[in-house]
Amino acid sequence: MIFTEAFLRSIPIFVGINYQSMAKKKGTTTFSIPDFTQSPRIDKVGVEERVSRFQKRSIKKEAKMQGLRMALNMIDLTTLEGKDTPGKVKQMCFKAAHLHDVHPGLPTVAAVCVYPSMVATAKKEVEGTGIKVASVSTAFPAGQAPLDVKITDTKFAVDAGADEIDMVISRGKFLSGEYNFVFDEIAAIKEECGKARLKVILETGELVTLDNVRRASDIAMYAGADFIKTSTGKIQPAATMQVTYTMLEAIRDFKLKTGIQVGMKPAGGISNSKLALHNLVMVNEVLGSEWLTNEWFRFGASSLANDVLMQIMKTETGVYQSSDYFSID
Amino acid sequence: MAKKNEKINWEYAPAPESTGHVNLKEQYDLFIDGKWVKPDSGKYFDSTNPANKKKLASVAHANEKDVDKAVKAARKAYTNIWSKMEPSERAKYIYRIARLMQERAREFAVIESLDAGKVIRESRDVDVPLACNHFFYYAGWADKLEYAFPNREVSSLGVAGQIIPWNFPLLMAAWKIAPALATGNTVVLKPAETTSLTALKLAEIIEESGLPAGVVNIVTGYGDTGAAIVNHEDVDKIAFTGSTAVGKIIQKAIAGTHKKSTLELGGKSANIILDDAPLDQAVEGIVNGIFFNQGHVCCAGSRLFVQESVADQVIEKLKHRMNSLIVGDPLDKNTDIGAINSKEQLDVINSYLKIGQAEGATMYQADCAVPSSGYYCRPTLFTDVAQSSRIVQEEIFGPVLTIQTFRTVDEVIQKANNTPYGLAAGVWTDKGSRIFNLTTKLRAGVVWANTYNKFDPTSPFGGYKESGFGREGGLHGLEAYVKLN
Repeated sequence: MIFTEAFLRSIPIFVGINYQSMAKKKGTTTFSIPDFTQSPRIDKVGVEERVSRFQKRSIKKEAKMQGLRMALNMIDLTTLEGKDTPGKVKQMCFKAAHLHDVHPGLPTVAAVCVYPSMVATAKKEVEGTGIKVASVSTAFPAGQAPLDVKITDTKFAVDAGADEIDMVISRGKFLSGEYNFVFDEIAAIKEECGKARLKVILETGELVTLDNVRRASDIAMYAGADFIKTSTGKIQPAATMQVTYTMLEAIRDFKLKTGIQVGMKPAGGISNSKLALHNLVMVNEVLGSEWLTNEWFRFGASSLANDVLMQIMKTETGVYQSSDYFSID
Repeated sequence: MAKKNEKINWEYAPAPESTGHVNLKEQYDLFIDGKWVKPDSGKYFDSTNPANKKKLASVAHANEKDVDKAVKAARKAYTNIWSKMEPSERAKYIYRIARLMQERAREFAVIESLDAGKVIRESRDVDVPLACNHFFYYAGWADKLEYAFPNREVSSLGVAGQIIPWNFPLLMAAWKIAPALATGNTVVLKPAETTSLTALKLAEIIEESGLPAGVVNIVTGYGDTGAAIVNHEDVDKIAFTGSTAVGKIIQKAIAGTHKKSTLELGGKSANIILDDAPLDQAVEGIVNGIFFNQGHVCCAGSRLFVQESVADQVIEKLKHRMNSLIVGDPLDKNTDIGAINSKEQLDVINSYLKIGQAEGATMYQADCAVPSSGYYCRPTLFTDVAQSSRIVQEEIFGPVLTIQTFRTVDEVIQKANNTPYGLAAGVWTDKGSRIFNLTTKLRAGVVWANTYNKFDPTSPFGGYKESGFGREGGLHGLEAYVKLN
């Protein structure tokens, strides 16, 4: 076995020390890493019941408008395809800053999310707009690559100017019970990120149970995630409200235990305004309004923006407009 | 980008359910023998909206003579028509009532919220659909009674006198009327004085359904009206849901008579959280257990037992959850907790809040805004209470929870059973074996595992000890309305 520098850095004892010093830097008390096999159990039936309560909230008038504007401003506008080209990415970046210019005063999206090879292009396009560039990494979406490849992948994206890194966890290792491996890998990538904020994708559609979602959330946060994210968008089901709710509870418990605030990003499947508003209601009631900014909450979506725009125009004019009035990217 | 530390405040705009489609008369008479008749006394009382104290309608106050008229009509209908009718024909009438209720579900839900103060989310999603389902369910039994009681000869009882409470007005009317009709009995029903309106709307539907005159009679009034029903010599069966104090009076009154009875009375039910439970879902179960319907639930999980090793965590989570509850206008679709049913009940609850504090318990109330007019009570919990505290022993019937801790399963079983009541209990654990251990040892009519306050027409409901006797709902609910030979 070859002991690379990165591998050595990922040994738990170093991770623990690094992590505790990081926690201290944030002005909070130090804490120990829990036994992840003891992560809280989740009752699916109870979760479904709780989620239905959020779905029954009726968001109208000013509250709806405020919610829609918040949703727009929380979107990570995403293109993650094998056929992505600089041409496509440039157009998407323009859309990110000019969502619907016939209606002045709209916010921009939070970030654009691309593959590492497109980061440089995206970075140049969004310059001066305040829009962040997020890059997927660590052999996205499967994550079936050795750690040194994942580190190189991440380094490439960060060097190209990515403000945020969306990594995937090793689901195979997680499902075979190698929680330390998953933890160490996340910690190693976190180190590689430097100033870039790290979003950790759990790919909940492959973890299947809510117990697993909770455990993976705990591992990601203790290993240094700035955000936890549901899905790659390549696997169904993706960001169901049940999964997002389970992750929000994990974030709340982590904040209570460590004092560290972690962000949330549901991604995949949130394609309309109603779902987005239900998600915001859920964040508001589970975590509180501190999370209702794009610093702490994001939607990973490609088609959500236009539906929100359509709803905003409907709310203002009283009539629905054809989708042809909203640019597709 | 939003700036750091920018304070976001996302308040939900009001989303009131409209009342435009609701058809309420200014004055309601008594529904006797298929007709609306004026009360003998000529007296009416007001039914008010507890959320704003405004009058909704005046309602007739029935006296002994009116009750006598109603019982005679029920007897006549029983003897001449209902007991002789083919069971499958009876079923058709009951189905028809269920369908008519469903068609007007929205109107029923709004009136229930106006009259009782309960939130529209619950009257719309729980009370009215469940009430309809009770009629549907018992309609199905009407012509299958011989299968319900194999090898027995089944016959009806006669006239059933039914007295219902104010916490689930329409639902309780359905619980009472549906099985009585399915088994071939006729009915004289008295709703509670603060919540007569949905029972009267149900009378309108019964009239519309073409049910033979006198099969269901609805007499409104106070305790004296109820007493007249209980003491009437031609009533064969008393079905009562309400307080244990009144239940005892009824039992004394009918002692030595031929009257059969079922009583569904008070409760002080234990909700037990074990250390391996899914805690966030358990917290939700605690909230549903005690704050559902403002805590006006006979089976409310009002005594919370939390295993000591997780108590701090559960209480912290519970307080957090309580602070996200919205207390306010019952008609607003976003309201979680509505108005207390009446001034009298609010006074009772407030007196218990004082008792609790005087006993040295620590009181915590959610820091939510509460409307200035109307009868409201913040969701409340008491810690530092003991098994011997009055607030732990007595039924408060409001959004007030007491929290005790325990160390072992045996200890919690003893404490949970150490009460004169025995209506319901809840158990929260990840382990199936613990569920079975507890559910067999808890002396309560209903024990929920990893959920609370779930109702279904197919499931029997009723109490141990001073929580009453007899079962309502399901196959067991039929037994209370039949003679078996």
